[in-house]
Parts: sequence; C-alpha cells; structure tokens
Amino acid sequence: MSVLVYTETEKGKFKKNAFEVASYANAVAQQLGTTVTAIAFGADNAEELGTYGVSKVLNVAEASLSDFNARAFALSIAQAVSSEEAKVVLLSSSTDSKFLAGILAGKLSAGYAPNVVAAPETTEPFIVKRTAFSNKGFAHTQIDTDIKIVGVSNNAFGVVENPTSADVAAFSPQINESDFSTKSVEVDKVVGKATIADADIVVSGGRGLKGPENWGLIEELAEVLGAATACSKPVSDLGWRPHSEHVGQTGKPVASNLYIAIGISGAIQHLAGVSASKVKVVINTDPEAPFFKAADYGIVGDAFEVVPELTEKLKEFKAQNA
Amino acid sequence: MKILVCISNVPDTTSKINFTDDDTKFDTNGVQFVINPNDEFGLTRAMWFKEKQGATVHVATVGEATTEPTIRKALAIGADEAIRVNAAPTDGYFVAQQLAEVIKSGGYDLIIAGRESIDYNGGMVPGMIAAMLDMNFVNTCISLEIEGENATAVREIDGGKEKIATSLPLIIGGQKGLVEESDLRIPNMRGIMMARQKKLNVVEAVGGTQATKDVKFERPAPKGAVKLVDSANIDELVNLLHNEAKVI
Repeated sequence: MSVLVYTETEKGKFKKNAFEVASYANAVAQQLGTTVTAIAFGADNAEELGTYGVSKVLNVAEASLSDFNARAFALSIAQAVSSEEAKVVLLSSSTDSKFLAGILAGKLSAGYAPNVVAAPETTEPFIVKRTAFSNKGFAHTQIDTDIKIVGVSNNAFGVVENPTSADVAAFSPQINESDFSTKSVEVDKVVGKATIADADIVVSGGRGLKGPENWGLIEELAEVLGAATACSKPVSDLGWRPHSEHVGQTGKPVASNLYIAIGISGAIQHLAGVSASKVKVVINTDPEAPFFKAADYGIVGDAFEVVPELTEKLKEFKAQNA
Repeated sequence: MKILVCISNVPDTTSKINFTDDDTKFDTNGVQFVINPNDEFGLTRAMWFKEKQGATVHVATVGEATTEPTIRKALAIGADEAIRVNAAPTDGYFVAQQLAEVIKSGGYDLIIAGRESIDYNGGMVPGMIAAMLDMNFVNTCISLEIEGENATAVREIDGGKEKIATSLPLIIGGQKGLVEESDLRIPNMRGIMMARQKKLNVVEAVGGTQATKDVKFERPAPKGAVKLVDSANIDELVNLLHNEAKVI
C-alpha cells in the first residue's frame, strides 16, 4: 500500500503544482505510515521528485501518452493505483487534473474531495478541509470509500522539501485506441507569460479603467511584477478582455500570493473568487467600494495616476533589489 | 439530436453563506435558489441547438420537491420536458449515479452539465458519468458545435484553450463561453405559461451510494481592517508589500 500522486509535466518539466501536490502526498504518507509513489507522463528529470519525499516514480514513456488526454491519463492512473495498491490518490487543482478527476473517481468508484487546503485532519475516518460555496466557506469532508481521491488547492499547502532518493521505473499502461476518442486538434496557449492558475502575483482590472484601450496600465504593472493579468466579470462581459481572464465565482479562482485589484468595486461574487489569495491590494477612487473591506492594503485614488506611479516605484525597487 | 441538460439548484451568486445545526448544514433561510450559472450557459446553448438544428431538449435534476421552481424556470426558458430524481443530492457520486440511470433510459446523444456547481464546487459529476457510461467527455467547455455525429469543442486550459474533435454520444462540463452572458434568457410570460403544461416526470432514486459527506462547515475567519496608504505616498505601499507582507 502506498500513496499515489499524479505529478504534472509541461514539455517534460514538472509544473510547480507537481511539487506542491507531492509535498502534500508526503504529509499523507507520514500520517498513514507509508511511502509516496508518483506517476508522471514523460518526465525528463523524474528523480527530482525525491526532493519532496517521493520514493518511487512511475514514468510513462509511451509516445501516445506524451500529450494530455483526460480519459487515457485517468485510465493510466487507475492502473497505477491498482499496481501500487494505493488507497489515497492526490491530484492538483489544475484544469487538466480537475478534468481527469471525475473520470478517475468514476472508474475507481472512489470518493473525491476537491479544493483541499490542508493535510487530512484524521485518516480514520478520512477527513479533509476544503473550500466550498465558491470560497465563501469551508467544508470538512469525510471520504468513506476504500480508495480516496484528494484534489489539493493551488498555493494552500505549499511546497515542502523532504529529501529522499526516488527510484524511477518505466510504467506502461494498457490503453486502447478507442480510449483516445476525444482528440486534441489545436492548442492555443500563451507562452512565456504567467497564467492565473500558477502565478505568484495577479494584477486585475475592472470597469474603473473605462475601456480596453487603457489596459496598458495593467499590463505594464504586471510585467514589472512578473504577474498574470486578470479582469472582473463586467469587463469580460463587455468584451474588453477575453473570458480566460475573468476571475470570480463563475470565472477562474485566484489563489496567488498577491492580488492587486484596480478599478474593481468588489462584488460579492468577485471577492469569493479571489479570497484564496494571501495578500490583496485594492486601488479605487471610491472609498466606499466593498473591496476595501476585503483587502489588506488599499489606496483611495485615481487608477490613471496611481498605477503608473506604482509601476515606476516598483521598477526602481526591482532595480535596487535585483 | 436528443439533448439532456443536467441542472443543479444552487443559492444565487449574491447569497451570504451561513450554516446552521451546529455548523453541519447550509442555512437556506432567506436564500434565493437559481439554476447553477454554469448549467444555465449550457441550457442556453442547448436552446440554440433546438432552434437551429431541431434538437429535443430535456432537463434533469436530482433534488427534492423544493427544487421544482428551478426546473420550471428551465422549462420556461424553453426545454421541452423535465425529469426530477426525487432524492436529496447528497454528494457528487450519488448524483452521477442517478443521472447515469436517467441517461441510459433516455437515449440521449448529448449531455450538457456545468463545469461545477457554485455551492459545493465538486466539479466531478460529468466526469463520473463519462466514466460510468464510457462516453466521450470534454470539461471546461467554452464552445461546442455539432455536425451529424461529429462534435468540435473548445475547452479552457491553464493559460489558453484547446480545440478538441470528438463524436456523439458526448458529455460536456460547460461554462461561460458556450454562450455569452448577454445571450442568457429571462423567461417571458408566454414561456412561463407554457412551462406549466410541460411534462415534469418525477422518478425515484435507484439505489446509489454516497462516497463522501460534509461533516462540518466553517465560515472564513473575519478579515482585519484594510491598511490605507495615501495616494501621495506610494513608496509606502512598496515598502509594506516588501517588508510586512513579504510578497515582492
């Protein structure tokens, strides 16, 4: 029996969330008195996971499984669960992991708790704390099935080093041609820019910016900070910015270290979606804007004056601290 | 084409969330329930398939009789028929099992569910159904076109999007993008009157097991007061973010 963790890669390299979910797996394994096995698809440096307490890595090398396919990956993980006799399976909260989680849970007849923010409170019964009601609350969820699947929230547990040496073994799942009946035709992805899902800092704009032509303000600030850009729901509904940047209850959740909201009043739905961010800064002309009640730091002022100056000050700061 | 839209009955997005019974239950007192927003985008896309491609649209929910106003709203928007599985939706696994039964007996070509419900945020039901029925599945779906048996879908991925080719029968986990916010329909009087005549079949749950249960709820810890920085002293904000918050 071991704990199995699915560690995601991007072009052969582990994603940041792979180290966080491996760290979480190690905490679970210690509670259960067992070891961590990871499954990766085409990892170049699989032994790297040893740093986070993984003692065995099943590395899938099949060319047909080099690109993400939810069903094929879920079936592969299910086979690893059975060969390792794993009772607990850990996934991240990435879009891909959430895509395959339901399939995996269905195939294994396993209970699944997503958006988990802390190591299990108890393992008998198995109870985890997770966000619910779109971050307006937490649920303590008990998983009663023999196999348990836990989806770990981004940036909640953190990356914890626990060096051990990882044995890397090739793993060849048996997947049929018919399991690839949803085929990727085209991927359109921003490269070289932080994404909302894994950025440490997110800079977000609202209707206070008055129009899409003013988004240079947001982008310049984001560039200095190496941040991802985001927007409020009205901005995406007005077509000023693409849907993929919409953060909030019906958009993407944000769990960054720093969230800077510019010209966003802070509707309850928006605040819910960004509440998992550790530090929130608001810049708004209206001192009565609800966001001031949810933020850690605030500036009452005109974004068109404050933001360029903040960008300049941060440039100076970065230059001094480089 | 026969479409089933799966609907969750959820608190309106503006709801304040409170718990009752020693924090073991969600407090529904004063809460307005609506069609889950992710499901409503899917329902509206289904209406497009009905009007442009002659599809038949059914809606299904797993819920007690109190959910009927939400289902009637889906009928008023234009769904042809509704199915209510008469049981409390105890967890995602139970709901998926119930909906899988509805799908098996209904012979649907396309199942549209939401990416997640905005209350319990499980996000697992469509994937579980796909596994139980070995159906094609696309999650976080933001665009869907059907031509004969072939489907072209676009799904959101972290940092972009991916175009996917697949075929019916298909289940999707939908969200905004399937249609725009401005495409959503408010039922008109005629729709509401017609909905009263439409079939709402109540079926009993078929066995099914619960895999998880929420044993306790908690509200987020209250937030400390915001620290205001004067707009003439932006250096101070940089200083606080670096030395106090330690995020830059």
